[in-house]
Amino acid sequence: MTSFTVRTGVLLLLLLALAGIWELLFLYAGEEALRSPLDTILALVALLKTELFWGHLMETARAFAMALTIAVVTGLTLGLWLGFHRLSGEILIPMLVGFASIPKVVLYPLVLLAFGLGLPAKVAFGTMFGIPPIALSTISAVNNIRPVLVKAGRVLGLGPAAMARIILIPAVMPEIMTGLRVGFSLCLIGTILGEMFAARRGLGYLLMTAIGLHDVSLIMALTLFLTTVAVCASAVLLSVDRRLRRRL
Amino acid sequence: MSGKWRAGWLALYRLLVLAAGLAVLEVLCAADIIDRLTMQPPHQIAIDLVHLIASGGLTRPILRTMSNAVIASVMALGAGIVLASIIHRIPPLRQALDLVFSTWYAVPVLAFYPLFIVLFGLGNLPQILIGFMQGVVAVIVSMLDGLDRVPRVLRKLARTQKMTPLETALLITLPAAAPWILTGAKLAIMFSIIGVVASEFLMARDGLGFEISYAYNNFDNARMYPLIVLVIAFSVLVNSLLFRWETHLLRQRGLKP
Repeated sequence: MTSFTVRTGVLLLLLLALAGIWELLFLYAGEEALRSPLDTILALVALLKTELFWGHLMETARAFAMALTIAVVTGLTLGLWLGFHRLSGEILIPMLVGFASIPKVVLYPLVLLAFGLGLPAKVAFGTMFGIPPIALSTISAVNNIRPVLVKAGRVLGLGPAAMARIILIPAVMPEIMTGLRVGFSLCLIGTILGEMFAARRGLGYLLMTAIGLHDVSLIMALTLFLTTVAVCASAVLLSVDRRLRRRL
Repeated sequence: MSGKWRAGWLALYRLLVLAAGLAVLEVLCAADIIDRLTMQPPHQIAIDLVHLIASGGLTRPILRTMSNAVIASVMALGAGIVLASIIHRIPPLRQALDLVFSTWYAVPVLAFYPLFIVLFGLGNLPQILIGFMQGVVAVIVSMLDGLDRVPRVLRKLARTQKMTPLETALLITLPAAAPWILTGAKLAIMFSIIGVVASEFLMARDGLGFEISYAYNNFDNARMYPLIVLVIAFSVLVNSLLFRWETHLLRQRGLKP
């Protein structure tokens, strides 16, 4: 419990330090470029009360949910296939790693030309970001299954279904969870990036308009909102991740 | 020997998969299922790319993007190593920062780009900063990992030899943690390229990312597609070179078969 208190304390200190740096930057740059932490929070609270914001938020949430679903299903399927089938894995994994290293924004014209402006384009964008980490961690989870576990299953005469349920799934779960956590974050970033370029609705679009209008309050309130949501979601997934790992 | 043969066959299969993909695109373009305004056929893109490179018009943006990515990754590497060394000495700080590091890549860093432009102007600095922010945490995390694995006997050796902290770092800790520093460097370079190109794409006056978005806005397919291919080829090439180097060094240390 004490280590928990210490950690919370240090975390609070960190947050304070961050706010301090932000305030100093604000004093240096002035109203023209930045808003102070307090003003940003006030602007965010005001923004949360507008109907406009919730409309855009729902739009982003819808696109993100679709992108995440597609990314998880495709990523897991791809990962299981390339993990269990050795030849396909050896041929295709380097290509998958290569795809993961591409700055995916440059593919935006392709996505836009293929899907047009709107929901499908941003879903495609989010999916593109989400698949590689999920697939790659699934592959490594499959490769890291300890052979002795499979042997134990065979000795006990488990059928394929029981083997999957009792041995394989629990063995791969922790690492896949890590991939899902990273995939979740990247998928969110991808969806928002997609909205910044390829949409007329959604929080990414709202951010892009704010940049165009040089609406500093809106830019900062939105950045604060997106960062907070992303960090909180990631922290929750991280604790699930750690619990799974501890069980192993 | 058979391992080499196998690797050769695998590379051949990989080329075949790639060729099949290109052939499908070529056929789709020839059959007008993908019309010319949407995408040029692959052979046309290849011809355009050769022309573009030969004309020398790409030298400047390529150099700009590369130099910014290099500066960003060097900064990320330097700052990452120093910060990790400090954080490693203060366990409570590390525990608290652990959460920051694990959630760092969930933060849409690019959302800060507009702020950087307002703060620092539309020069090279905002792009470099984005590349730096993408890279530095990867360096810190792998460096901390490396520091954890420095054998205790080596630290003891440093103490018995009464080495100064600087000597310990240069002669003991850094060499012992080298493989992990290299992993960090690899990630820093990749993430820096991604950060720099992405921010150029959003808003900039120069660089490969900027050239692509400029060509896109002008419906200049003859320029846009070769540029996209160039960026993809460049990042895949850098990534695979770094990967080979890493494998080579890990083998030297006996850390990988």
